[in-house]
Amino acid sequence: MYPENFRYTKEHEWVLVEGAAGTVGITDHAQEELGDIVYVDLPKVGARVERGKSLGSVESVKAVSDIYSPVGGEITEVNEALANAPETLNRDPHGAGWLVKLRLTAPAEVQDLMTAEDYQKYVEAEK
Amino acid sequence: MITKVRTHPSQNEALLFERSSPGKNAYQLPDLDVPPVDAAAALGAENVRAAIDGFPEVSEVEAIRHFTRLSTWNYAIDHGMYPLGSCTMKYNPRVNELVARTEGLAWAHPYQPEALAQGCMETMARLERILAEITGMDAVTLQPSAGAHGELTGILLIRALLEKRGDPRKKILVPDSAHGTNPATAAIAGYAVENIPSNAAGLLDVSALERIVTKDVAALMVTNPNTLGVFEENIVQAAEILHAKGAMLYMDGANMNALVGIARPGDFGVDALHLNLHKTFSTPHGGGGPGAGPVAVKKALEPFLPVPRLKRTGRKWAWDYNRKRSIGRVRAFYGNFGVLVRALAYILAHGGPGLRNATVDAVLNANYIRKRLEPYFDLPYSSPSMHEVVFSDARQQPCGVRTGDIAKRLIDYGFHPYTVSFPLIVHGALMIEPTETEGILELDAFIDAMISIAKEAETDPQLVKNAPYTTRTSRVDEVTAARKPVLRWKPS
Amino acid sequence: MMDACGIDSPEALFAHLPEAVRIERPLDLPAGISEYEIVEYFRQRAAENGIGYASFLGAGVYRHFRPVLVDAVVSRGEFLTSYTPYQAEISQGTLTAIFEFQTMICQLTGMDVANASMYDGSTALPEAVLMAARVTGKRRALVAKSVHPEYRETLRTYARNAGLQVEEFDYAPEAGTIDLDDLDRKMDASTAAVVVQSPNFFGIVDQVKAAGEIAHRAGALLILISTEAVSLGILEPQPEADIVAGELQSFAISPSYGGPFAGIIATREKFMRQMPGRLVGQTTDSRGNRAFCLTLSTREQHIRRERATSNICTNQALIALMATVFMTVYGKQGLRELAEQNLAKAHYLAGRLKPRFGAGFFNEFAVRLEGRTPEEANKALLKKKIIGGLPLGRFYPELADSMLLCATEMSSRADMDAMAEVLS
Repeated sequence: MYPENFRYTKEHEWVLVEGAAGTVGITDHAQEELGDIVYVDLPKVGARVERGKSLGSVESVKAVSDIYSPVGGEITEVNEALANAPETLNRDPHGAGWLVKLRLTAPAEVQDLMTAEDYQKYVEAEK
Repeated sequence: MITKVRTHPSQNEALLFERSSPGKNAYQLPDLDVPPVDAAAALGAENVRAAIDGFPEVSEVEAIRHFTRLSTWNYAIDHGMYPLGSCTMKYNPRVNELVARTEGLAWAHPYQPEALAQGCMETMARLERILAEITGMDAVTLQPSAGAHGELTGILLIRALLEKRGDPRKKILVPDSAHGTNPATAAIAGYAVENIPSNAAGLLDVSALERIVTKDVAALMVTNPNTLGVFEENIVQAAEILHAKGAMLYMDGANMNALVGIARPGDFGVDALHLNLHKTFSTPHGGGGPGAGPVAVKKALEPFLPVPRLKRTGRKWAWDYNRKRSIGRVRAFYGNFGVLVRALAYILAHGGPGLRNATVDAVLNANYIRKRLEPYFDLPYSSPSMHEVVFSDARQQPCGVRTGDIAKRLIDYGFHPYTVSFPLIVHGALMIEPTETEGILELDAFIDAMISIAKEAETDPQLVKNAPYTTRTSRVDEVTAARKPVLRWKPS
Repeated sequence: MMDACGIDSPEALFAHLPEAVRIERPLDLPAGISEYEIVEYFRQRAAENGIGYASFLGAGVYRHFRPVLVDAVVSRGEFLTSYTPYQAEISQGTLTAIFEFQTMICQLTGMDVANASMYDGSTALPEAVLMAARVTGKRRALVAKSVHPEYRETLRTYARNAGLQVEEFDYAPEAGTIDLDDLDRKMDASTAAVVVQSPNFFGIVDQVKAAGEIAHRAGALLILISTEAVSLGILEPQPEADIVAGELQSFAISPSYGGPFAGIIATREKFMRQMPGRLVGQTTDSRGNRAFCLTLSTREQHIRRERATSNICTNQALIALMATVFMTVYGKQGLRELAEQNLAKAHYLAGRLKPRFGAGFFNEFAVRLEGRTPEEANKALLKKKIIGGLPLGRFYPELADSMLLCATEMSSRADMDAMAEVLS
């Protein structure tokens, strides 16, 4: 259920690293907890983000959740489709619901994030 | 069995704009007794507008029917109890409405010469004195327009005093059980917010407080009784801890309905508090306002109060603008005077003994509900309840029924829901505050309804989850409303 | 009930309170009085205010007829005693009325979206400036001196603690409009907003378009303040404005010694999510019927807490309803005719005196007095049971020889003639 090639954070974000480029999103567990997502607030292309700091937020009708960046880098692309169809994030959080792409400053950072197997266990323990 | 309501045939009524047609109108103006003026000549042609596109054009009969039909779709205190915790939805006495409309008061202009405003000023001065007596504080400002406005005023007063002492400090402590206006206010006042967790009894954790209060803390914002409806038994100690470190204690007075005539914040160490006249003092909610949020303070904060202040010169009242240390104005003019009149009328009607009786009744009513519903709903904290009681949906959850569902089903029984999912420290909260207004008949009807729903949750959870069934609309699609906001009518 | 609670006396309910906090004596307040005595108490207070005076005061609070239908509607218990419409199924009355209100404010101001009310015009101003700061990321506001003085004072109180820098720019002493050169000189790239009022505090229709151009060139927003809502019936909406903030007291809201009133904030669609205050949106229910609900709530304090767009919770819903009924009663034609009557009355009075400023005005204007002070003139007027204009020296020392006069549809020709006689 959780893609093997992603890495995961305790705050339920995922990152896919391909060389010096990364794609960030939130996990299926996160979207389920949030319920119907109504709005996604994302940074602009060119913005710099730090690992562990907020890069934006996700809103349901009754709650707002910060998205903490799993890695540091510079935003190269933002998923514009979410502006008109935030429900994509509920439907396909690991695919079409990606949030941002970055140029990573330190790709090796991902080593200490959870693997799919570890994350699966972590989520089950939380329940 | 649902006994309190029957399905009511609800009229279909379109929006004003959909009922409009050119030439219809509902107004009458006297003929001009002076020559008309050409607007383009007087203002410049580029400043004169064309007709107001889409603005309503309906007759007087259509206007009164429109709003009357709309009104029948609302629930109101005049229909029945609102068990909303921390809202204090008590009866709105009609005499208050009458006196607020007294011509000499309703038509008074704030810049009227003071000699012609003595009645307004005496009204305000009297209310200030009374609120000071009720709260045990030294001075009161009536300027803030609502509770949140009062909170901001109170925090700015504290900041001003600390600045005068040399350091405004950086943080405000807010309990995790606090109303959302508290941290929002602290942020607008230029402070960082630090959350202080409640202890296992749902109360202020004074040992945590001892650790957290440093020279960087300006104040603690506390609600007392807290949002669980429980009196903060360690409040005196908390005040001492704060004062020892040069910090102050601010009290959110939303729950004063549990204290009037019984205990006074000034006596238990509070430096500043706001009151919600639209809660404790019966002024009507009117669908969301207006309110008023007077702030009462100890002597040390008095010099910083918003300007102007009422002062007595001989036998007259005057507005004193010469207040060098004031934080300035928090709004134009003097406050929501019309709301102040209503609150004073309420106080005059009750008098000292009456106000105390109201408090006792409010607390008794809440405890009666607690005792009768305890067998059916989980009570997360066993501390004594004052004017409100907080249950959780823990017992109904295994059937898939949550507090929000129970609340919606309560509507079918003829009641407005209680406060859902607040305070945040209780998962699946049901916060119930009956107020002193409710007599045994209404309370029993409410209790019977809640017990019935608790049983329905077990035997027929789907019935509860898809409620309500008897209202003008069923559950509305809040998700689409937020995804694709449509915030005004447009012609098609 | 006490049996159910297991107590002998209601006092037992308070036994758990620490001794130190309980008051042992009764409150030092007289006993309660009857309904008739309450009415009499306030009748006496009203009499102390002086009744039966004609008034020419404006300055942010205006005397206008209140259509009888307004109180008939707002006195209905279903509106008066209802709660904030969080439970949409049993609040469609309130929600529908607010949706209509939001629509009418957009129609009047030419904006895309309006909220369900702020406390009043004076607090709508700092809320608008804070909003501009959020949108632009900048922290400075340039405010015209011809914006209502007490509104500017309120802004300063908020700004000081929110890390906002507020500076003022002048008005032109002959025309009474804003001094565009002064604005231009003071403008810079760190400015979030330029704030202009029209009609301004002196009643003058101001140069909003030109101010907007200066603001936008430097990357700032233009905030337009409106304190006399009746002017919206005749004045062209300003496309340069990014935010309109103002006061609706003129729409059937009693002057009531300064409150409660109803403020508005209206803006462009692109700034919608940065707006403070409640918003009502259209949606459907599960049966597909049109319905209304509070929406975009994640901006607000009960969800976003310290990161909310504002701390506002209770607003002015019932007062906004008064304005809604007023706008319905007057309607498209009536609001225009009402505005034209105001224009006619004020210009008649001005024709008998001499306005101090040269630019066009709506229903207020300043007059310079010769031979005596405005305070002395007002004393003479009071003897004729007329409350004269606001002595401007109260807020503008350079205008201490002048007073601000307002005439509305309620000002009779006879009173205006009497006023003119005394003043000339």
